[in-house]
Amino acid sequence: MSNAFREKSLSYLIVGPFAIVLAFPFYVMVITAFKNGTEFYDASATPYWFKQGPTLDNARFLFDNTPYTDWLENTALIGVAVVGITLLLALPAGYALARLSGRVGQSLGVGIFLTYLVPPTLLFLPLFWVISRLHLQDRLLALILVYPSFTVPFSTWLMMGFFKTIPQELEDAARVDGASRLKTLVRVIFPISLPGILTVIIFSFSLVLNEFVYAFTFISSTAHRTLSTGVYTDLIRGDLPEWGAIMVAALIPSIPLALLYNTFLDRFIAGFTGGAFR
Amino acid sequence: MEAAAVARPRASRWGNALERQGVLASVLVAPAVIFIAALVGGPLLLSVYLSFTNATAGSLSGKWVGTENFRHEWSNQTFQDAAWHTFLFTVLSQVVVLLVAGLLAHALLRSFPGKWILRFLILLPWAAPLPLSLMGWKWMFDTSYSIINWTLENLGFVSKIDPPQWLAQPRLAMGSVIAVHAWRLIPFAVVIFLAGLASIPKEVDDAAAIDGATGLKKFAFVTLPLQLPIATVALLFGIVFTATDMAVVYILTQGGPPPSFSTEMVTTWSYKTGIESGSLGPGAAISLALLPVLAVVAIGMLIFARKREVT
Repeated sequence: MSNAFREKSLSYLIVGPFAIVLAFPFYVMVITAFKNGTEFYDASATPYWFKQGPTLDNARFLFDNTPYTDWLENTALIGVAVVGITLLLALPAGYALARLSGRVGQSLGVGIFLTYLVPPTLLFLPLFWVISRLHLQDRLLALILVYPSFTVPFSTWLMMGFFKTIPQELEDAARVDGASRLKTLVRVIFPISLPGILTVIIFSFSLVLNEFVYAFTFISSTAHRTLSTGVYTDLIRGDLPEWGAIMVAALIPSIPLALLYNTFLDRFIAGFTGGAFR
Repeated sequence: MEAAAVARPRASRWGNALERQGVLASVLVAPAVIFIAALVGGPLLLSVYLSFTNATAGSLSGKWVGTENFRHEWSNQTFQDAAWHTFLFTVLSQVVVLLVAGLLAHALLRSFPGKWILRFLILLPWAAPLPLSLMGWKWMFDTSYSIINWTLENLGFVSKIDPPQWLAQPRLAMGSVIAVHAWRLIPFAVVIFLAGLASIPKEVDDAAAIDGATGLKKFAFVTLPLQLPIATVALLFGIVFTATDMAVVYILTQGGPPPSFSTEMVTTWSYKTGIESGSLGPGAAISLALLPVLAVVAIGMLIFARKREVT
């Protein structure tokens, strides 16, 4: 047997089983989402497949009998607002840190990155105090205001990595042609950074969907909840939760996000490590 | 370059100031810095202040009580347990994450048919929103009807009459939250490992081959030492993400199961004290126990960044 063949088989042997284990919960979620409700509590029905065939009843129940569409809307609204604020702050900052400053810029860059490590579990109590003082409890605005505190540091670092990969000569050429620095930035640099900007949008959105502590602490009414808390607080109730509907609720945002995430992952790595490994 | 800038027709004083490197950089970076200072630095200081007061969620204002909150929590059995659980949760899950991720990253380095789909499956736990994928776990851990116990019962490993209650028996609950957190972090560590491995120059491999190093020998003396920095970065991130996580534990067990609360963490205890019981001051004092962890990790990151600069 050739060496290459042996190495490839080894890769399959290692990666295959782990891939199955890591993806298994999602398989269970998909099966459960389309399963007939009576099968959940039927010991003779295999949980690995369908006894009576797939059904859309769970999805129908979710949209007809729960506030799920409210949560979708709230999450989308917060996501768009947060992404807007993030781009507005992180694009210029990332550029400045990548290009226009020397030693000070480098330290500032690392400093901003370190603030990304400060977790919500350390800040939610003082921020609860601030939100209460501003009378923003149970309002989406509270989350729109607070979420950029982690998307901005993260995105600034990411954009800094991207901007570093754009050759300085490109800018010099534009400036020799008489464009001001600001004009060069808006007309030349930002357009070719579009892949980086898209990456920031997707990853900021993903951070918003992942956030649990702030949403759980600041929002108290069902109608104002986001996806990350609503499904947990309002659908897992009583002795027999509607597991089918819960899985539909979890899968609808997860599938598109996971696909986008995967598509942009390589760009993400390039940007994320662009600041660290160069 | 300077000549071009001078030759340009002067637009305004503002425009001129913006042509100077330092000025434009400051203007561009200032909004982000001010925003972060206000929303991260400010609250952090406020948290320290609150921890010295008896402020409540209802009245917000509180009296200065000195180190009372800290002294009380320090001798409080629940807090001591929470700190110990947080330590266990962090260390054990990180051991699993590093071992599995290191192995996977090496296997994923080669190209083979179908690699993209396997990579996609491996990345799913990190790519899907955690509070939502935890719903899947909550159902899978269900005692009476879910897939884990159904499988174990049908294979004859556990009794049908008294199946394991994954989230309701103290040791099992701790094991479960550790397993789920490792499941969540493995893909992230794989990504970091892959980036690190890709940055090891190809020449190193070639040189090792010329010197006759192969297989395990090459792994132990060439690949592993070169990988140490990247493993450290993955570990530092992992420590922060685990020690400060609340979603996994709160959604799965709420710090339970009662009465022993074997999965109570610093984060859940701080939430229960500060929000559920409304004692903001003591809650802030509890959460500050995470600060030393954060400081150690930050210092580690800075050392790593400095080393990279030198080489």
